Amino acid sequence: MTVEAQKLATAGAVGAGTATMVKDAFLAALLTFGLCFPVVLFHAESDNDGNLYLIPRPLLVAIMCGLVFVGRLSVSLYQARPKVDRPTVVAAPKPASLRYLNRYISLVGLVFLFAFPIVTLWWLGPAGSLKWINNYGVQILIYVMLGWGLNIVVGLAGLLDLGYVAFYAVGAYSYALLATTFGLSFWICLPLAGILSAFWGIILGFPVLRLRGDYLAIVTLAFGEIIRMILINWVPVTGGYAGIASIPKVTFFGIPFADAPGGFADTFGLEYSPIHRTIFLFYLILCLALLTNFVTMRLRRLPIGRAWEALREDEIACRSLGINTRNTKLTAFALGALFGGFAGSFFSVRQGFVSPESFTFIESATILAIVVLGGMGSQIGVALAAVVMIGGTEILREMEWTKQIFGAEFDPAQYRMLIFGMGMVIMMVLRPRGLVSTREPSIFLKEKKAVSGDLVKEGHG
Amino acid sequence: MANFLQQLINGLTLGSIYGLIAIGYTMVFGIIGMVNFAHGDVFMLSAFIALIVFLILTKILGVTSLALAFVVVLIAGMTLTSLWNWTIERLAYRPLRGSFRLAPLISAIGMSIFLSNFVQVVQGPRNKPVPPMFNDIVHLNPGGAYDVTLQYKQIVIVVVTILLLAGFWWLVQRTALGRAQRACEQDRKMAALLGIDVDRTISITFVIGAALAAVAGVLYMMYYGVVNFADGFLPGVKAFTAAVLGGVGSLPGAVLGGLLIGLIEVMWSSYFSTDYKDVAAFSILAITLIFMPSGILGRPEIEKV
Repeated sequence: MTVEAQKLATAGAVGAGTATMVKDAFLAALLTFGLCFPVVLFHAESDNDGNLYLIPRPLLVAIMCGLVFVGRLSVSLYQARPKVDRPTVVAAPKPASLRYLNRYISLVGLVFLFAFPIVTLWWLGPAGSLKWINNYGVQILIYVMLGWGLNIVVGLAGLLDLGYVAFYAVGAYSYALLATTFGLSFWICLPLAGILSAFWGIILGFPVLRLRGDYLAIVTLAFGEIIRMILINWVPVTGGYAGIASIPKVTFFGIPFADAPGGFADTFGLEYSPIHRTIFLFYLILCLALLTNFVTMRLRRLPIGRAWEALREDEIACRSLGINTRNTKLTAFALGALFGGFAGSFFSVRQGFVSPESFTFIESATILAIVVLGGMGSQIGVALAAVVMIGGTEILREMEWTKQIFGAEFDPAQYRMLIFGMGMVIMMVLRPRGLVSTREPSIFLKEKKAVSGDLVKEGHG
Repeated sequence: MANFLQQLINGLTLGSIYGLIAIGYTMVFGIIGMVNFAHGDVFMLSAFIALIVFLILTKILGVTSLALAFVVVLIAGMTLTSLWNWTIERLAYRPLRGSFRLAPLISAIGMSIFLSNFVQVVQGPRNKPVPPMFNDIVHLNPGGAYDVTLQYKQIVIVVVTILLLAGFWWLVQRTALGRAQRACEQDRKMAALLGIDVDRTISITFVIGAALAAVAGVLYMMYYGVVNFADGFLPGVKAFTAAVLGGVGSLPGAVLGGLLIGLIEVMWSSYFSTDYKDVAAFSILAITLIFMPSGILGRPEIEKV
């Protein structure tokens, strides 16, 4: 209560409107109580006989209401702070160095990425670095790749796809099935999985050509779910919920990563360690992600890429200028799906196991959130968003120290998706244009200027 | 034939629940052109609210009359769920009015993830078995080869739905509030110019949608006897399918669509296979949107250049 008293005292110093602020904060706290009343105040737990009983948690509700009260009051105080007359900012021309800085950042990022496994290995040793390279490096890079793949569809062509995970699933199952039934190697399966996914991209893209915006989003969601349900129910082929296990693991161009004569470590005269495979996987996904980025950047400069962006801005204008919107949309779907398929086959070669559990709608929403939070159409933004979101959730998983504060049964990983959902909402409210809100134009007259994201109409087509 | 009759009863019951949820989708879409993705999770939340209010009544306050408990649960569920949806609209959707087109949809997806995980965190991930109520059964053809049954809860569901829909129809057609709501649906700017508080009307739309979803939540909880934090997604998508099938923006369409989806789902499970019953719902969604985007009773959307 003393904190609130202090708040009140400072509020009094600010002067007018304090009473309203306190009233506001009080109302907010009251609202919180109303929201918390049944679901937070009482925890329904079932005993062994299946009878429910209630565990009251008044302290938790009191804390939540108090937090909302303080929070609401501080927001009001912050908004009511005396305004300092700032000189209006005249749009200063950006120094040329800034542009080089941009390029510099990507270069530094690249060097960092290539050095990352080696540096961590040298620093933490094989046992300590495994977690970093696998959980952070590989995991984040998969999502960077998926984000870049989806960015073609959503960011460039402006087609909101909520079922992207279907192509990821097609890629994963393609590799799993081809490798387990025909014994094909990863390097043959990778392009095949990509082609199959692209093929599905076209098949699913065809019916939705006429749809726009929200409707398109919902139909793609439906397709994604249909594919997942087929994976669940077509048991003879996909194994149903059990999935497909014992998929051949990745090999170093034919040399297996095994603790045996003829294995990777043996061939190169190294001491065997499981970290070799992880590092190889890291470079593999890094190259795949960079390939995605490279292809996207190049395509943006080709007529097809320009057509995508034109389509995103205005479909009718596009059509009247003679752009074949059907082919343009289908190529966007196919290419996005192609990279999704690559990522999928990487996923299954990494895990050695696929099941429909990995391809739920939440996964699609995650990838879409990465693209949106990064700033649709911005390659570097998408990569940043993937680092923040996936890295953030991984960090959350490791916050063991919170158990000391909140008690042993507190599991921070439980809050992963909660924070994630809240983050999506907050991001939309505060920065709807994403982390990186400027876009590089692919065509310009005399001088290359960054375009504000506000001038780009996403999701129109 | 007996089987068909039985499935008809089951389908209409399920369809009533879908119809109630679908109204929330269709009203919000009609007024602000947004797919309220979180609506299914609001429905799930309402089922939890109802469950806990029911437990408070029976375990703590010691209410023994089931009918009284049911009415109190219904009213409390409607009020509290409305409060939730009002807050959600205020925090997650209102600031986005005038933002780019996909912003509210993405915000709603975030809200949907938030809500289901919120319930998971505060109530635990396990299924909650609901104490059984209204368990009596009417046998419609005693002595027949196939026993057609009508459960009391099915009667309750259909009766409650009909009463609510009648009240709701009166609200939309006969009151100033309903007129304001319909005006905003047709032209928000013009309605604002004529002195209608558009923001307030939109808030009320969310409140009404939530209240109907809450009723659906109470009925769902009672009907299936179990609630889970993940229960929002599938009924949500099916109700949205119902709204689309009936014609988005059309209120009778939503109810009609709900009944149709309920019937199709039940018949499909009975005559084909239960494995693919959700595929049926999703396929109908896709097929309707692709070939008949204005649904059965919807107005065709005119493309303006």
